[in-house]
Amino acid sequence: MAISFTVNGKDVSVAAEPDTPLLWVLREELALTGTKFGCGIAACGACSVHVDGQLTRSCSVPVSEIAGRAVTTIEGLKAEDGTLHAVQQAWIAAQVPQCGYCQSGQIMAAVALIERTGVPSEAQIDEAMTNICRCGTYPRIRKAILAATGRAARAAAASAQGEA
Amino acid sequence: MADNPNPNLEEIEAAPTDTTPVKKKGIKRRIFLAGAALLVGGGVFGLYWADNAAKSRARALTTGEGEHNFLTWMKIAEDDTVTVFSPHIDFGQGTHTALGQMLADELDADWAKVKVEQAPSDVAFSNTALVEKFLGEMTGYPGLIAALPAAVMGALTRSQKIQITGGSSAVRFTGQGGMRVVGAAVRLALIEEAADRLGVPASELTTADSKVIHAASGRSLRYGELAAGAAERSLRSDPVLKSRKDYRLIGKPVTRRDIPAKVDGSAVYGIDFTLPDMRVATIAAAPVRGGKLISVDEAPALAVPGVEKVVKLDDAVIVVAKGYWQASKGLAALSPKFSDGGHGAMSTPAIYAAQDRLRETGKPDNTAGEGDVAAAFKAAGGKVISADYRVPFLHHAMMEPFALTAHFKSGKLEMWGGLQDPIGARDRAAKAVGMDMEDVIFHPMIMGGGFGRRFPGVAEIIDQAAQLARQVPYPVKLVWSREEDLRHGTYRPQSSARLAATLDDKGRIAAWQSDYVQGDNAEGEVGFIYDVPATSRRHFAYTTNQIDGPWRSVNSTQHGFYNESFIDELAHAAGEDPYRFRRKHLPDGSRHQKVLDEVARRSGWGTPLPAGVGRGIAIVESFGTIVAEVIEATVKDDGTPKVLKAFAVVDCGTTVNPLNAEAQIAGGIIMGLSATIGEAITLDQGAVVESNFTDYPILRLADAPPLIDVHFIESDAPMGGIGEPGVPPASAALANALFMATGKRIRTLPLRQQAKA
Repeated sequence: MAISFTVNGKDVSVAAEPDTPLLWVLREELALTGTKFGCGIAACGACSVHVDGQLTRSCSVPVSEIAGRAVTTIEGLKAEDGTLHAVQQAWIAAQVPQCGYCQSGQIMAAVALIERTGVPSEAQIDEAMTNICRCGTYPRIRKAILAATGRAARAAAASAQGEA
Repeated sequence: MADNPNPNLEEIEAAPTDTTPVKKKGIKRRIFLAGAALLVGGGVFGLYWADNAAKSRARALTTGEGEHNFLTWMKIAEDDTVTVFSPHIDFGQGTHTALGQMLADELDADWAKVKVEQAPSDVAFSNTALVEKFLGEMTGYPGLIAALPAAVMGALTRSQKIQITGGSSAVRFTGQGGMRVVGAAVRLALIEEAADRLGVPASELTTADSKVIHAASGRSLRYGELAAGAAERSLRSDPVLKSRKDYRLIGKPVTRRDIPAKVDGSAVYGIDFTLPDMRVATIAAAPVRGGKLISVDEAPALAVPGVEKVVKLDDAVIVVAKGYWQASKGLAALSPKFSDGGHGAMSTPAIYAAQDRLRETGKPDNTAGEGDVAAAFKAAGGKVISADYRVPFLHHAMMEPFALTAHFKSGKLEMWGGLQDPIGARDRAAKAVGMDMEDVIFHPMIMGGGFGRRFPGVAEIIDQAAQLARQVPYPVKLVWSREEDLRHGTYRPQSSARLAATLDDKGRIAAWQSDYVQGDNAEGEVGFIYDVPATSRRHFAYTTNQIDGPWRSVNSTQHGFYNESFIDELAHAAGEDPYRFRRKHLPDGSRHQKVLDEVARRSGWGTPLPAGVGRGIAIVESFGTIVAEVIEATVKDDGTPKVLKAFAVVDCGTTVNPLNAEAQIAGGIIMGLSATIGEAITLDQGAVVESNFTDYPILRLADAPPLIDVHFIESDAPMGGIGEPGVPPASAALANALFMATGKRIRTLPLRQQAKA
């Protein structure tokens, strides 16, 4: 039975078993391999995506629950003209990744955090950023989030001034 | 040895020398092979003065129309693009960028036009420079190894099928002994070519930004224009390298080339690889390492939609399906029966008990040290201070689970994946299925971490994927579940030690003894940095059913914890400040003392702290690099530690890319803290108990120090490694800090709930 939903703004229909986790549909049916397999039990966050804007660990959500919903993956973060999301740009500026394997999930978690809180406090960063990084890039992840939100804050201020 | 122009490894290892000071006595073959699993697992940086066969092979593999190859290791295109071939895999340690910087600096190339690519896994790309230095370091005969003719080293390297990444070796050996020399030699050839073309003496020419410049006439020629002619010239094998003041790229904070593809999801790791008609498989090996598959009823797996085949190996069962999910459902449906290989009584408490017995009643397998410790202990009467330490098995837990794609077709086996030695991977695969290594093709891919787990010598997935591919007509990707990864690791060994020492009447250490129990001898790898008149290091060999693997920084992890915890205990016993006490046992003006002083200064050592917060210090030299760390920590209400601040001061000689080196040290500290606080693999009835990140906890962002202050001291010392040396001081620095915070000494890891006073 086909299951339909949208991924990164495009309609898709997949003929997967209903209990197949969204992760494997993304990776193996839709060739979106930026979303990673890390643990299979929602413990590490490498598979993080957004479903209707909510941060979701895709290894533990059956694709049947995704029917009719909107999924965003790491591949869908950049603008249509190819400009990287402010968080991705901050990740490059802070030279965050080492092996890089967990970073798609880290970035998806950071984007969700910033969308939810605007400018997150240190405590909110601690609480939200539970994804595992074995290379130990945490100090630069923290730095990149702060930098990204600084930029977002300045941009918001500038745009508010422009409207005024 | 001089009589034999073609020495083999055993002869080199065994050869005595009376001309070279031997610093590291008593090295044994198993250390040489296992402690550095590196070498024989490893790879090759191509000999720079490659023989003709290797050169033409390298050209055929890498060089296209309008491109000109030099010494196998680089090519220049007519549009000025310089491509550097790295024999080392980059799994996040920044090696590719650093090696490119080193070659491009000597070449005076425009960095914007330099690319770094993975060298093919072909013996033409063998690493003589690395093998030479590594043999020297591991055998203790550096002079002897260096004296071998280059041609012998080249043949030796290729014959050993080596192309490793490990031992924090890429930059200090391949970079220093290979890439810089290649860049400098090619620069001279470009100048000679330009001199002929311009009809001026070479001495009037300079180079910059990928151009040869004749300032007097205002003329210049691009490297791309000169490449064809320069490639025909013979290259000097001993070009003069730049001195530090002339570096343009070395020592500069250069952004890494691999990062953009790691933030937009486009980087393709081994686990992401796919081929038309490919199947996906997953595996369950015997829960007890050493056990065999007795029987399995295949029917329940074959009844799962999408499952195509069940493959039985000697010690494992594999399910092949359309995709990973179907394969894992199929595997879960099976109830395979495995034997325990006679290891059913192996357990974590049993191992510690056996290690204690061995240390107290057995004979050491290796003894090293200086002076007469026994006499010093006797003279001290009853005033010998001693303490017992224990550390558990540690798992690498690389974030990308093992995945290897294999396809057997027309007598050839082709493989794709991430391993720390592509040539060694070919060798292992060929042996696993009785093929010739020439018929095995390996495509190295980006790795999601490794930390020592991906050396072919410890990567049984190579055998599994090769054997699987021989039994199916299509390409197949074998993927390990996280549970398989956790339970079938090649762990940092569980080990224990008794440290003992006496103090003289001036409060100095008079004698120091370390009796340690583990599989391999750590002598030659782990040094003792303090100035103590009598020292003894005795190794008691004890093995379990597990395979000891090189875990980031190898033996320096546990010995860093033992030594730097125990010297802290001695400082307190002597009533002295732990920093001052260490300092007075280090030679005045030494690199070690400078590193220690600087970390004390930067961390505000001695300044008051809030109640319940402690500060701990530790210093360890490993892989040629000295690292001192200070940790500030407290204990949370639930008894777990909270690390507040971390400081590191590093002397690795020269830093090639400070931006990346800082990340390596900070990451190493976090990995060390993670292991210290929470990580342990335990055995019960011979099998690993832990199964996933729920019971093998990795440190998370909230528990990592928000800021890690890393400072480098540039020195004229030979370049040291950077990937591993950040790890070893972290355990003791944290345990020492918690002692200051709580008064409780931690001697068994992980410390988890023990931290509470």
